[in-house]
Formats: sequence, structure tokens, C-alpha cells
Amino acid sequence: MTRTARAPAAPPHEPRPQTTDRDTKEPTMTPHPASPASPPDDRRHVVLVGHGMVGQRFLEALVGLPDAGGLRITVLAEEPRPAYDRVHLTSWFSGTSADELSLCPPGFAEEHDITLHLGDPVAALDRAARTVTTERGRTLPYDTLVLATGSFPFVPPVPGKDAAGCHVYRTIEDLEAILSDTAHASVGAVVGGGLLGLEAAGALRALGLETHVVEFAPRLMAIQVDDGGGALLRRKIEDLGVRVHTGSGTRAVETREDGRVRAMTLSDGSELAVDLVIFSAGVRPRDQLARECGLPVGERGGIVVDELCRTGDPRVFAIGECALAPDCRVYGLVAPGYAMAETAARAIAGGDPTAFTGADTSTKLKLFGVDVASFGDAHGTTEGALDVLYSDSRAGVYRKLVIGRDGRLLGGVLVGDTESYGLLRPLAQAGEPLRTAPEKLVLPAGLGAPTGPVELPDDAVVCSCHNVTKGRIRAAVTEDGCGSVAEVKKCSRAGTGCGSCVKTLGTIVNDELAASGVAVAPGLCEHFTHTRAELYDIVRVKGIATFSRLIEEHGTGEGCDLCKPTVASILAQLGGGHILDGEQAALQDTNDHFLANLQRNGSYSVVPRVPGGEITPEGLIVIGEIARDHGLYTKITGGQRIDMFGASVDQLPAIWARLVEAGFESGHAYGKSLRTVKSCVGEAWCRYGVQDSVGLAVELELRYRGLRSPHKLKSAVSGCARECAEAQGKDFGVIATSSGWNLYIGGNGGMTPRHADLLAQDLDRDALIRTIDRFLMYYIRTADRLERTASWLERIEGGLDHVRAVVMDDSLGICADLDRMMARHVEGYEDEWAATLADPDRVRRFTSFVNAPGTPDPAVTFVPERGQIRPAREDEPDRSPGPVLVGRARLEVRTA
Amino acid sequence: MNQTSTAPATAADLVEIHDGARWHGVCAYDDLVAGRGVAVLLGTEQIALFKDRGGALWAVGNKDPFSGAHVLSRGLIGSRDGAPTLISPMYKQVFDLRDGRCVDEDTAPDGSPAALRVWPTRRAPQAGRATDAPFEDTTGDTP
Repeated sequence: MTRTARAPAAPPHEPRPQTTDRDTKEPTMTPHPASPASPPDDRRHVVLVGHGMVGQRFLEALVGLPDAGGLRITVLAEEPRPAYDRVHLTSWFSGTSADELSLCPPGFAEEHDITLHLGDPVAALDRAARTVTTERGRTLPYDTLVLATGSFPFVPPVPGKDAAGCHVYRTIEDLEAILSDTAHASVGAVVGGGLLGLEAAGALRALGLETHVVEFAPRLMAIQVDDGGGALLRRKIEDLGVRVHTGSGTRAVETREDGRVRAMTLSDGSELAVDLVIFSAGVRPRDQLARECGLPVGERGGIVVDELCRTGDPRVFAIGECALAPDCRVYGLVAPGYAMAETAARAIAGGDPTAFTGADTSTKLKLFGVDVASFGDAHGTTEGALDVLYSDSRAGVYRKLVIGRDGRLLGGVLVGDTESYGLLRPLAQAGEPLRTAPEKLVLPAGLGAPTGPVELPDDAVVCSCHNVTKGRIRAAVTEDGCGSVAEVKKCSRAGTGCGSCVKTLGTIVNDELAASGVAVAPGLCEHFTHTRAELYDIVRVKGIATFSRLIEEHGTGEGCDLCKPTVASILAQLGGGHILDGEQAALQDTNDHFLANLQRNGSYSVVPRVPGGEITPEGLIVIGEIARDHGLYTKITGGQRIDMFGASVDQLPAIWARLVEAGFESGHAYGKSLRTVKSCVGEAWCRYGVQDSVGLAVELELRYRGLRSPHKLKSAVSGCARECAEAQGKDFGVIATSSGWNLYIGGNGGMTPRHADLLAQDLDRDALIRTIDRFLMYYIRTADRLERTASWLERIEGGLDHVRAVVMDDSLGICADLDRMMARHVEGYEDEWAATLADPDRVRRFTSFVNAPGTPDPAVTFVPERGQIRPAREDEPDRSPGPVLVGRARLEVRTA
Repeated sequence: MNQTSTAPATAADLVEIHDGARWHGVCAYDDLVAGRGVAVLLGTEQIALFKDRGGALWAVGNKDPFSGAHVLSRGLIGSRDGAPTLISPMYKQVFDLRDGRCVDEDTAPDGSPAALRVWPTRRAPQAGRATDAPFEDTTGDTP
């Protein structure tokens, strides 16, 4: 068989030899006469019928190709809006707007001179005249026609199927109809327990309806998963309150007198009282236009196309769900549709030719918070296929690998833990005998499953969205000179589709960079090849209590300023105890070591905690007196507290003795830990406040004070939507609503400002604190060294949705553990400064000179400025005679 | 690698620093925390004195050539490619404890060579025996 893919690209308006032998029908590939009605515009006219996801991808591919300049492009679309993301349609219910779902950037059509007719579907196709006529009567000539009409939802022909209250689930209009109908409904049923049906059921459940799923097959998601996986999925879904009826057909929809749905009669004769029905029993290709004009269609529907996506008429292409691919399949997934769009665009506008011969239908998704993945021969239909199975119903994990008789990985089903999908899918696709025992591969993450993609062969497709192989990714590093994952993504497009391969991609790129001698340091520093998160797990799991043991067992050398403070933070967080005790003292950065902040001249600043920024007049007076008596410079900080500058090491214990006596405690301004919880004055005083923001800020600050984390943590609480506390610029921010609190995470100010993302809405106090507890602990567990929550949130796979699933739906099953650790932190908290002062051994370290205690550093000098002190500069004239006396000195105070 | 780490320790052992003229006892050996430093004042000279995890002693100038502040005694110590190092707490430049050289940058902002004076130091065999004898070096690989 000659593969057209290898043939040079021929302009599609020239006759093309039929090169595929797949079709037994007589090919209709005869040359066409010249166009009878050439448009005044002499550019070749490409008409796209349908503007869905695949249609849009086709346009994007087309305009980037060499011959695009010679094309006039017109789009005829049925829906009233340009292409949008149907894969994430359900997110419309949770507030994603139609605009946000749009895949067609504003100005896209204008920029590329594309004429877009919305809400005017094509009604007829005249191949002889080479014209299409729309429903509104518009007739357009074409040189090349591309059918991307998609599919329609299949509704079983049961009595009552058109009753008021019956819906399908395909377009934004469908969702609008469902939403407005839920006002009349309290019980909903979804007919069809496949992927889309479960999405619809999840939406109904979220809308507050009692929800049923009626599935004809004996299990849910019958195409993707097997009985074992289906059973686990069913249990998890039922746990969420959805009733599942498998092995159950729909015989009729019963109606009330007013014509509205009242019940469904199932195949066993039983009646299910419902007032809303969604049919989601599969889709059928929309091939009507092709049928009517005599283009070949498959027995079960779908416009027959060849490897270049050409139909029986070489001027007519078909792509996406309306097409029957050369492997006699109609693909209902977006990735194959995209591949077809790319193929057709190249055939039309002169790109490197590609052939579409079929696609991988592997799937990875999350339904009701449950991870589900299926790849390759998931059902073991290959002759002689054998299973390797891991099932733990306590943890809610089911994993099956299908192994060929010759030891190759053929496919698999993963439910509850899809961590290694990015490795397993390409392995199955590569079709080489496994180099790792399948009983190891089947284990879930954390139980000894290998993670690296090193054993993948070069032709394994790592990114299936863009069909990028491991070899291509390696070449991006070795030949194209990419030096980072981001560059490889840009250069090869790998990892820019669904994102499920990003982790695998990262490992391949880093391995390749390392192999080419480029220094990549996935580890912390030269002493540890582990990341901070990995070290955290090692310390946690092995119960390691000292740096010495950790570096001896897991590292090399003596450590440095990167690993020592990081390990100190991990030990403090996991082990507790005072940070200046034992070996821990030697690990602390100078700030932590003196529990104060080093300033440019070697002096320190002191910040007592002022929870929520609330301080009594007496507190202010004490701080003022201490600052005055020790000659310190004072400044109000951005975090609503007071910073006192210019203290020598020897002064620190005396300053803190007075602060502690007055009831102050360490503000941890020196630590990688919680700084402040800023607040507005809230409802107690403010005319607009709706909640007690100060009260909550104080509570949060006292709860999380002293919590050691990968980087500093800042927070704020606003008492109303005016947001005076700027909570959306914080690592975790809380904004009052009339019915509770909205929680935002991942905000940041500083060098790279980032607005925080809304994690949850209208939480009551307990739910709010529980959610923050888990968020913080999950961050502490998984973040890299000095990685603020903002960059952490952008880095971790799955992003905000993942974090939400972990902390709110316990998708990883670790919430109990996170809760326990936070409880231990809260119970174990002690004020570091009070504890330091209570121990003479600790106090003894606050000495300027070991052989001359009490002698201050003679090099630290100050000069007056604006009524206070500041460090003297080296060229300051009055510096030479010695230190300016500042302690207890009366300085000139400006009176103007 | 270091002779002082193998000598039997007694609570009375002193740490001494040689200023070019004689040894000065500056503190008790056991008062030093392994992995941390202290500042020593000899006349007008400030010295950063460290005891590493193995018990060896190191002494270098306390002034950080990059910030001008006398803060090096408050830096962390560690290793780089096997060499014992000191990291400035101010801007994190790394110095080789054996010869005082900055391994990150050759010159300080004022143009002077970014190197610290290395002070001979030892654990004195007995307490209170400051001597006038010429010093015998015990600091690692320094000649």
C-alpha cells in the first residue's frame, strides 16, 4: 500500500491519484471541470462548514501554512457563537462564562481575513456546481469545502423522549435550557453512564438535584474501564449521593397532564420518578449533507475519508466527529479531531503532508473527583492477553495492566490513581517488550512504582495531543538547542495540549540536558539530589531528626546555605522543638539564628507579633518606650506591625525581655513562616463591613504563627468585597461575604505580582479553617525551596483544580494526615523568644564577641536622620572618631 | 583531615588564635557549636571563628568584603566540591575557609581582591596555656 503521507504535497485543486486501497467502492476521483462561477476574488475559496473545536483548529492550522495567503476563507456555522471548548462545557455550570470557554480569540477572524457567518448552517451541497446553500438562503461557491459538522446526541426512540424536561448535553444552549429547567425539577436522571453522561450527572448533582444515572451496559464508562474499575467508580460516585442503575434500559418517558416529565419506565418495568431527563447515550456523526449529495458514508454513519481526510470528492474534506477515518472508526474525542484538522489543512495549504490513519483513544480524566484513565487495549481483547492487577478498595485504587503473551504492555485501566499514566500510555504505544516487571508498573505512586520515562523508546508518543515522540523531544534539546522544559514546549508543542504528559516531558528533557552536559539541578544543591519536597518526605517517613543523619544517608559533603536552612525548616516543621537546640542551631540562616532580621550594617531589626494589626494603646506605648530606650529606629511595616531597627546582637535579649514581659511574642519576621494576617477594621466599625475581619485575622494569625514553610507566608482578611486588606495579593486571603467567607490562594505582591485564585466560596468558619489548614500543609509538603504559593500553584500538575480536589474532596486520601499535622503544630506552638530567654545557654549565644562579651561591634555606627538613627555610610564624615552614641540618647526631633 | 578533630577533647581545652606575634586563648573549645561561628576581637581586629561538624577549627577575617559589615561569623559553613566553605549571611558569597578566597567573585565592589585573611587557630592542649612559641599550624590544608 502506498502511503499518501510520503507523497509530495499536491495542490488540492489538481487531480490527485487515489492512493489508498482501503475502500472497495469505486473511487470518484475524476478531475473536475473548472469552476463555473469563479468569484471576483481570484483567491482559492475554502469554505468550512461548522465552527466547533475541530473547525477552529483547522482554521488555526490553515492560516499558518505557506499557501494561506492565496486563500479566501469562509466559515458557515450553525451555533450563534464562535467555537468554544466543549470538553470543558460542564464548567459553564460552575461559573465559567461562554466567553471564557471561547476558543476563537477576539479579532482572530479579522486578523486572518476570515469571513465568519454564525447561526446560519449549510442546508444543501451541490457538488456539480460547487456551491453550498445555507438555511437562510445564502449560496456560496467553493474551490475546497471542509465539512466539520461534528455529531449530534443520540436520543433513543422511546415514547415521551421529546417531553418538556427532556434534554441533551452538547451545546451551551443545551446547558442554558437545563439550568432554567432545574427551577422546576428536584430529581434528575441521566440516560447513559459514559464519560459525558457522568459529567452531566455531576452537573445535576452540583445543581442540587437528586441524581440518577441509568446505564444500559452492566457497568459505568463501559468503553473506557473494565468491570473492576467500573465497580470502584460506581462506589465512589454512589458515595457522593448519585444513584446508579446499570444493566438498565429506558423503555419510556412518562408525562404529566401538562406534558412535563413525571417518571421514566425502565426496562425491568419499574418506574423512576424524575422531573428532568438528560439523554447522553452517545453521539452520531452529522453526515446528512454528505449523504444527500451522494458522498460515500459508512454503514453506521460517518463521511468516508482517506488518509488526507478527503471524501469521495477530492474538493471536499471531512474532519472530526462527522468523518469515518481510514481505520473505519468515527472518533468522538477531540485529539483525533485535531489531528485530522491538521492533516486536512496541510493537504489544502501546502504544509508538510501528514496522514491520518487512526488515533490513540487513550483517555485520562477526572469525574466526581475520581481520576480515571484508560489506554491501549484496556479490555484485553488481544489474543493471549493477560492481566496484572492491583486493587485496594480501602484507598479507592484500581489498576490493571494488560500484558501480551510476549511481555509487551498492551493497555490498561487506572481508577483512583492515574499518576503513572504519562509513562504507561507511551509504553503501551511503543509496543516493545517491557524492561520493568509489570508487577512493579502496576503499583500506585508511592508504593515502589518507577516514575522515570527513561525506558521509553524513542518512537514512543509522549504527547498524544500533538503527536510528539520521545525522540522529537530529545532532538529539541540536542539539535534545536532548547535548554528548558518551557523551550521544548514552545519548539515541539509537546505538553501544550491536555497537559497530562508534562511530568514525563520534564523528566525526559532534564535527562537529556544532563546527558548533554548541561547542568540541571533538579535537586536542592550539590549536596542533595532531592528536591525539597522529596527531602520532606524522607524526613517524614524515616523519622530523621538531624541534618547529620540526613546528609550522611542521603547526601554528600557538608551542606551549604541552600540545603541547611531548608532542612532546618523541614526538621522544625516535622519535629518541632526549639530551632536553636542541638544541631538545628547550626543550620539556621543568621536571621533565624538570632531570631531577628540582619540589616545592611550588621545590626538587626526586631518585629513583635501584632495579630491582625490590632494593638492596644499600652502595647504601642511599650514598643515606643523600648525603641526609645535602646535608641532604635521605628517604622510601620506593610504587614500592619512595627519594626525596630538598629539593635546589636547583645541588645536583642534585653529588648525581648521587655517585649515578652509586656505580652508580646516573636513575629517571625526573620523566618520562612507565617508573617502577618493583615485585616481591615471590619463590621465592628466599618459602615460597609459584613463580617468580623479583625477577629478572624487574629484567630488565623494565632493559629498559624510559627508554622515553618518553604517560604514566607502572608495572609489578609477583608470584611467586605471592597477588599481593603488586599487579601487577593496574599498567599491565602479571605474576603467576607454576607453568608460566609471566600478563600483565595496563591496571591503575591513583590517582584512578580499575582492575583490569588478563588479556592472556595461562602465557607463557614470551621470549613474555612479546615480548608486553610489543609492547603498550607499540602503546600508545605510539596513545594520546592523558596517557592511561594503563587509559583507553586502554577507549577503543580492540575493547578487550582488539583489543589481543590486534594483539600476539599480529599482526592489523595491525605486530608486526615494533613489535619493531624496542623493540629500538632497548633498544640506544639511556643513563643521562640520566650523559650530562648528562659534558657541561659541559648541567651549566651547573643554575644558580639566571644572573648569580649558586652563590647558592641565597633564598626556599627549610626547618624541621625529625620529625628531617628540610620546606619552611617562608609563615606560619612562624622564616622571616623567612633560610634555615634545612640543608646538612650536624645536625638534632635523635627518640630516642623 | 584535621588534626584538632582527632585529639582527645577535654572540657578545659582552649581555642587559640595566633595574631602573628603569639597565640591568644579566645574561648573554651566546648563553647563552640559545631557548624556555627563566633566573632573574636583581637585588638581592633575582628575574626570569625568556626568549628565544623568534624570538630575542626577555622578562623578568617570577620569583615564581609561585599557589604563592608562585620558579619561573617554569623554565616553558615559547608562545603563546595569537597572544599570547606563559609557563606556570607549578607549577600551569600562563598569563601574557601582554607585560604580565605571568595570562590564566587574575584574582587569586591571597591576593587580590592575578595579574599579574607586567614588566622591560624588551634585547640590548645590545656587550658590557660597561651604561649609565646611560634605557632604550629593546625588548620586543615593551610601551609
